[in-house]
Amino acid sequence: MSIAITTQIICFTVLSLVILIGALGVVLLESIVYSAFLLGGVFMSVAGLYLLLNASFVAAAQVLVYVGAVNVLIIFAIMLVNKKEDLKPINDIKSRRIISTSICLTLLSLLIRVDLTNVWSLSNPQNSIGEESTIRIGEHLFSDYLLPFEVASVLLLMAMIGAIVLARRDVMSKDISTGLPVDQELIEKSSEPLLTNKN
Amino acid sequence: MEYGLDLEYSFNEFLKGFGLSSEIAHIIWLPLPMLLVLVAAVVGVLVTVWLERKISAAAQQRIGPEYAGALGVLQPIADGLKLLVKEDIIPAKADGILFTAGPILVLVPVILSWLIVPFGQNLLISNVGIGIFLWIALSSIQPIGLLMSGYASNNKYSLLGGLRAAAQSISYEIPLALSVLAIVLMTNSLSTIDIVNQQSGAGILSWNIWRQPVGFIVFWICALAECERLPFDLPEAEEELVAGYQTEYAGMKFALFYLGSYINLILSALLVSILYLGGWGFPIPVELIAKFLNLPINAPFIQVFTASIGIVMTVLKAYLLVFIAILLRWTTPRVRIDQLLDLGWKFLLPISLANLLITAGLKLALPQFFGG
Repeated sequence: MSIAITTQIICFTVLSLVILIGALGVVLLESIVYSAFLLGGVFMSVAGLYLLLNASFVAAAQVLVYVGAVNVLIIFAIMLVNKKEDLKPINDIKSRRIISTSICLTLLSLLIRVDLTNVWSLSNPQNSIGEESTIRIGEHLFSDYLLPFEVASVLLLMAMIGAIVLARRDVMSKDISTGLPVDQELIEKSSEPLLTNKN
Repeated sequence: MEYGLDLEYSFNEFLKGFGLSSEIAHIIWLPLPMLLVLVAAVVGVLVTVWLERKISAAAQQRIGPEYAGALGVLQPIADGLKLLVKEDIIPAKADGILFTAGPILVLVPVILSWLIVPFGQNLLISNVGIGIFLWIALSSIQPIGLLMSGYASNNKYSLLGGLRAAAQSISYEIPLALSVLAIVLMTNSLSTIDIVNQQSGAGILSWNIWRQPVGFIVFWICALAECERLPFDLPEAEEELVAGYQTEYAGMKFALFYLGSYINLILSALLVSILYLGGWGFPIPVELIAKFLNLPINAPFIQVFTASIGIVMTVLKAYLLVFIAILLRWTTPRVRIDQLLDLGWKFLLPISLANLLITAGLKLALPQFFGG
């Protein structure tokens, strides 16, 4: 066995162990902050797996999008609304756990079935793209995947506008949750510094 | 354009001369560039710290460090030794694991980014195809480390500093990436080597700064904001937040933050010089000099000359930018947090978007000047 293959096997084992243990930690740990940070570790290891598969662009995009944006946003949200209060005990926790476990097991069996039935070996290993993958991804995004690509961007725009409407209460005259008219005095004028209002 | 020194190739050939297989030669080669980068980064930090002390002293009409070595050149080493031997304190109410992992997560991506910094045609660690994109991806990991140390310190100043750092980092990453994208559009490649080669045609005239003046300014502002340098050092604004996310840190862990921020500054300066100032290129093309001296471009003398000129030019350009950054730090006041976010989202983002659009249009209209 050559050194390159040995290194690859060691990397793969370490990465898969990190992914498995990290993912279990995300689900099972009590502290939500630890879960969020472990999720970042899992995303990073997935990027490592992409690197092992010679997909460096996908790996970098995974780090940029999932670690740099999604995970940072999750941690941000946790830290901004970290109230020290005990959660209410859920009544039928046992049946809920049974249901979620069975759903997870069903999904797992589906994945295992896909793994066993699919033909994974490439018909022509010489055809692998490697470094050219960036160009190929670009070509596909602007030809046969153009419509899904554009629809996804419209979806993101809609989510963004929705978030802005929810965050800026002065857009609407009535409060969404209570139905009372919005007190315009309470709305902070973000462009003016707070100190100038005091004199 | 495949000329220049290839140290890896010569090293492997040298080891093969002793009867070693190419695989073993490769394994012996592997740690060398990593070591070299660590040493280069640390020496670069020492020089920058000395420059910072001296220039700040000059800006405030002081003398600055003077007794440690000639002109105080040993002062940064004394600083480093002091931090090394200080007690490593973890506050009693802090979260030990996250408190330790935070500074590591801040430092490691910055050092990893040195992978793509070229000092010559073959003088870089790895010419990865995704090149500059790797740096953008890696620099997005840093906010997690900052948030982690801010949270783990169990101190409200630290938490506020960490949140500010992450917000700043996220908002300035977008204009930064957009201005890099304009360069990539002109180069047709993400690789840093290609980006420099594309600027090497006519010496100083073909540098990207003339074709991308707006991109250059946007990139420089964003790079300063990413490094948390004044005027954008809100995360550690000492008058408001003690020292932000670093408040509870002492000894070597504090030194990791310190190292990280200075390595990041040097890295940003290097990347500005690669993206906009022609990288290792001499203001007059080396080919012209070789023609003037009647020497073939592949002569060993010219190759060594080119390589050393390349390293000197890259470091010179980078340190010129570091000098400007230090001067800015000691002469400008800090912006407010709302001004910072306004500048990022309402000014730099639209400008860099427009810059990208105009670059794309010019590339179609004038392909000979803006890359075909």
